[in-house]
Amino acid sequence: MTTTTPTLPAGAQATGKTTTTAGRVRKRLNSRTATLISIVIAVFWTIPTFGLFVSSFRPENEIKTTGWWTFFTNPQFTLENYQEVLFGRSSSSGQLANYFINSLAITIPSVLFPIAFASLAAYALAWINFRGRDWAYIAIFALQIVPLQMALVPLLKFFSTGVTLGGVTLMPAWDLVDEQKFAQVWFAHTCFALPFAVFLLHNFIAQLPKDLMEAARVDGATHPKIFRTIVLPLITPALAAFGIFQFLWVWNDLLVALIFAGGSSETAPLTVRLAEMAGSRGNEWQRLTSGAFVSIVVPLIVFLSLQRYFVRGLLAGSVKG
Amino acid sequence: MEFDFADVQPKLLMLLYGLIAFAVVVGGLLLLLDAVPSYFARRHEAQLIAAAANGAPLPRRRKPREGMFAFFFLLPAVLLLMIGLVVPAIRTTLLSFMDGGSRNWVGLDNYAWMFSDSSIIRVLINTLVWVLLVPLVATAFGLLYAVMVDKARFESVAKSLIFMPMAISFVGAAIIWKFVYAYRGEGQDQIGLLNQIVVSLGGEPKQWLLESPLNTLLLIVIMVWIQAGFAMVVLSAAIKAIPADIVEAARLDGVTPWQMFWQITMPSIRPALIVVVVTLSIATLKVFDIVRTATNGNYDTSVIANEMYNQAFRYGQNGQGSALAVFLFVLVIPLVIYQIRNLRQQREG
Repeated sequence: MTTTTPTLPAGAQATGKTTTTAGRVRKRLNSRTATLISIVIAVFWTIPTFGLFVSSFRPENEIKTTGWWTFFTNPQFTLENYQEVLFGRSSSSGQLANYFINSLAITIPSVLFPIAFASLAAYALAWINFRGRDWAYIAIFALQIVPLQMALVPLLKFFSTGVTLGGVTLMPAWDLVDEQKFAQVWFAHTCFALPFAVFLLHNFIAQLPKDLMEAARVDGATHPKIFRTIVLPLITPALAAFGIFQFLWVWNDLLVALIFAGGSSETAPLTVRLAEMAGSRGNEWQRLTSGAFVSIVVPLIVFLSLQRYFVRGLLAGSVKG
Repeated sequence: MEFDFADVQPKLLMLLYGLIAFAVVVGGLLLLLDAVPSYFARRHEAQLIAAAANGAPLPRRRKPREGMFAFFFLLPAVLLLMIGLVVPAIRTTLLSFMDGGSRNWVGLDNYAWMFSDSSIIRVLINTLVWVLLVPLVATAFGLLYAVMVDKARFESVAKSLIFMPMAISFVGAAIIWKFVYAYRGEGQDQIGLLNQIVVSLGGEPKQWLLESPLNTLLLIVIMVWIQAGFAMVVLSAAIKAIPADIVEAARLDGVTPWQMFWQITMPSIRPALIVVVVTLSIATLKVFDIVRTATNGNYDTSVIANEMYNQAFRYGQNGQGSALAVFLFVLVIPLVIYQIRNLRQQREG
């Protein structure tokens, strides 16, 4: 590799200078095309969402007859779409306020349970010596590859008919009605989240300094004590990273909710309702646009305010499989 | 225009129960693990004192029971994984060799059906198109953008714009794009952006989502739109991790940006590139929400995951649905093995 050469003859230095000048010009051109390309991509990525956002504030008649871009020449603003889609009384209006609550009720426990169980398991796999530890870790790690489609039919049967072995009922059917079905969804989401959660948290917990653990052990601290007072405070960023993952995953999930929560307004989350509206009322754009924004706004806030943790988690554990 | 609190109350109550259950289970477990060992320690101490008072030989202190702690720490996770994932996956595999009502064994019939029924072959072809296109296109856009905005002004804002769709649900994204593809008859004002562009270029408006095979490509655009942000973030981090002295040395050698990209950047970020492509392939294989929301799998757009849902949960064909799930699983396995080997090499290298 060449380095700077102060001993070069003057002529060579001059040509060197011209190439750097040329290089500078070329670089500026390049950076200009680079800027242009990145702006084009950025616009392409933002326009669809922007169009939907603008439309959600336009009166029904306007949305259905003219393009949203005419808003800028003929601005008409209303909040009626949101009012209608959230609180409207008629069955066709959306009644999204109900579903919004359902989404919350589904998401919060579905985030908390896997965090707790996975961090306990990850700690055991990283810092407790027991026989078969490596195998236990590999087994849980390997479970990441099972697509949740593999579990849906039997798990639903598990809830609806219970478990019988040789005529003996080991577990009766859950027989849940209405809002009790939330428990099924929590259960399913927790199970499906665990392999990835254990993997991600294990990555963090295993990296804690060994000296720290040994010092605590020497001081007579038991595993539960170490876990509570030393490990948990240190892995808060990892817990946050996984928490955001799981939050976005559950809030945005359609498949699991569709199967375990059903489609009624008692339990179904926003995604199920919106998918249904997009199918049956595909041309009611005044409701679809505002409805879509109601469902987007919460994850967007979580995401934008906690993006740092999210990116860190993303880079630490590849991504949910 | 009213909001009935009575409707909401039972739900909030259920949520409260859930939170209480959480506190009881997790808190109880930790408390148990705290209390039991200290109980044994105290009993051991009492035994020591009693033994000392009697002049009997001191009881030996047993080794701390690591195994017991491990058992209780792992218990909830392992139990849930067995009930929720391992046993169901085995049962699904068995169901795939049974008929729709899961009563009689039918051997390989369901698999034979999968590869002979013309509508399912269409589904398999669609899935193949998805898996070939989405990872490549999304990674290409992500990489291009990551290189372009690297060290630019407003880099973090620019990145957030591309990254934002990751926070949007597939359902929301499908609605956003359905609106872009919206159709109004000829002569009327178009409300969808795509048709407006076509019309203003002198073309005729089209019902985009009804025309096969174009509609599958338009659905793929939605997935690319969501996933490019993921590719961009991971690749951007990889680009930033390239040692500065290599870049500096190459620059002093006077390489063009083009050479720089192909000879320095690409080889350095190859591992990250593989991770991104494989991860996106796995995610794409399982795509469900987009297809279901945008077209419900009609007009020749269905994919494996959507068909699996239809067979198992709409038509009551558990056998055929399970066979599709197993096939999905089989497709995912080689990708994951490749991913793991790649990660391990990276760690050793």
